[in-house]
Amino acid sequence: MSENNNSSDKKNRRDFLTVATTAAGVVGVGAAVWPVINQMNPDSSVKALASIEVDLSKIKEGQEITVLWRGKPVFIKKRTKEEIASAEKVDLKELKDPQPDNKRVKKSEWLVLVGVCTHLGCVPISGKGDYGGWFCPCHGSHYDSSGRIRKGPAPTNLEVPTYEFVGDNKIKLG
Amino acid sequence: MSGKDSNFNQNEIKPVHTNKVGGSPFKGVVGWIDNRLPIIRMFKYEYLDFQVPKNLSYLWSLGGILMVCLIFLIVTGLVLGMHYKPSSTEAFVSVEKIMRDVNYGWLLRYAHMNFASFFFIAVYIHIFRGLYYGSYKEPRQLMWLIGIIIFFMMMATAFLGYTLPWGQMSYWGATVITNLFSAVPLVGKAIVTWLWGDYSVGDSTLNRFYVLHWLLAFGILGVVIFHVIALHIVGSNNPSGIEPADTRDTVSFAPFTTSKDLFAMLIFLLAFVLITMYAPNYLGHPDNYIPADPLITPAHIVPEWYFLPFYAILRSIPDKLLGVIAMVSSIAVLGLLPWLDLSKVRSSVFRPIWKQFVFLFVLDFFILMYVGGMPAEGIYVLIARVGTVYWFLFFLVIAPLVSLTEKTLPMPSSIHEYEDWKKKGRIKTFKIF
Repeated sequence: MSENNNSSDKKNRRDFLTVATTAAGVVGVGAAVWPVINQMNPDSSVKALASIEVDLSKIKEGQEITVLWRGKPVFIKKRTKEEIASAEKVDLKELKDPQPDNKRVKKSEWLVLVGVCTHLGCVPISGKGDYGGWFCPCHGSHYDSSGRIRKGPAPTNLEVPTYEFVGDNKIKLG
Repeated sequence: MSGKDSNFNQNEIKPVHTNKVGGSPFKGVVGWIDNRLPIIRMFKYEYLDFQVPKNLSYLWSLGGILMVCLIFLIVTGLVLGMHYKPSSTEAFVSVEKIMRDVNYGWLLRYAHMNFASFFFIAVYIHIFRGLYYGSYKEPRQLMWLIGIIIFFMMMATAFLGYTLPWGQMSYWGATVITNLFSAVPLVGKAIVTWLWGDYSVGDSTLNRFYVLHWLLAFGILGVVIFHVIALHIVGSNNPSGIEPADTRDTVSFAPFTTSKDLFAMLIFLLAFVLITMYAPNYLGHPDNYIPADPLITPAHIVPEWYFLPFYAILRSIPDKLLGVIAMVSSIAVLGLLPWLDLSKVRSSVFRPIWKQFVFLFVLDFFILMYVGGMPAEGIYVLIARVGTVYWFLFFLVIAPLVSLTEKTLPMPSSIHEYEDWKKKGRIKTFKIF
């Protein structure tokens, strides 16, 4: 009787040791593998360059500049009154990725966009396409004067980067 | 040490042979080595004495040709790596230095570039051979699957290698292809940033692509060895699709197959030399001689010619995620073919209906290749869509349906009878096939 108890005790202890060893092994392997995987993410020097300031004072109405931010082009456009009006009057029901124009700008004449097509990352061309905004030559996506996707394979609107006005004529990207 | 050890059950004691030295058919120094490392006898059994069907056509030479391509690519790649610098500021310049300053650098780079293209030419013929003669069927399914894995690895390696010169096409090709991963729901963006090591394709990306290009090249070599081991277990298929039964059906690998393969290789290398010497950039894109510029996308991005059919499939679908899924499945679906084509008859020679669809599939491949290189608008989009539909229809519907309903032609009982029928004109085949 007592011997039987003993052997089943032993079995339980063996089970516990197996589970504990496996668990420790999994955590250990995970901890060892993570640095090997995470080293591929952007490093500190890349992250340190993640914000820049841009002077807007020389941009005239209707003009657009492109600046390089995080290795990507950023379009900064001073929109004309007509462009603002046409962007604002669009019926949201027509849009693939519905977003009102005023949610995409901080001041309605300044449109700031990451100039990277949301399809596969090409740089759209300004002033082309069927909607008075941008056109991506790679796979034919059309964006309107608010940078919203209107036609073509891109799933979402052109991204609006994180930015803030640090003066009347200066913005800080990132 | 006296008597039997009572701790052991006498019935369970069995002799062990950890020392397997011996068994070599060779004598002397060769025998001494072969007794301890049996690779010499393996070479004898698997290459010199190895029996292959006697009716193998030149289409069966592609395996050897591919091996030669791979070895040449590794050798030229190794020496190019001694001069190339994987950094976004130096890569383009170092490639131009290879072209202008390094001794024979121009030859090595043009050879490496064009061997990549010829590797794909050979692999597409090789895959066609398997498709036409049913080489994917029992018992060769695993070999076929390993082949598909090699094909995927080749595509990845070629893509990574194309990034290295850091021209406009390198940069934007890398951008478009890595962005395919952004189609993954939820974690897509994080995956892409992780692949890049930056917020766009940049210096870190180039450096790791260089390392992975090397890794995958040798990875292919490893998987190719599995492909060849599997081949030596299941044996070669042949144009009749009938398994050899006795020595009337076979020849030994050396010198019969080796000399035939050598001749095919010479023709193949002749074509390679003509292109490399007289039109080295014919298969490439001139935009890749413009240094990478993250602010300007070339007006018309096209991948290398060997990716065009799959690029056409990607673009034919207006939804981003579904497009990516379609492109990947268009290759992966090849791996399902052994289980979709249920016909017991291997060779298309005896399958009059299936044969037509296979040729239509080849035509579809070339049509997709053509529209993949054209702008994604107007009639090209429509053609690409029709081509994509046929591509999947061929595997998922036509293969099972035809294999279940088709009336196959009468078959000879052996390979030597097949050859006999061929001479008498009872079987129609292509001269070179």
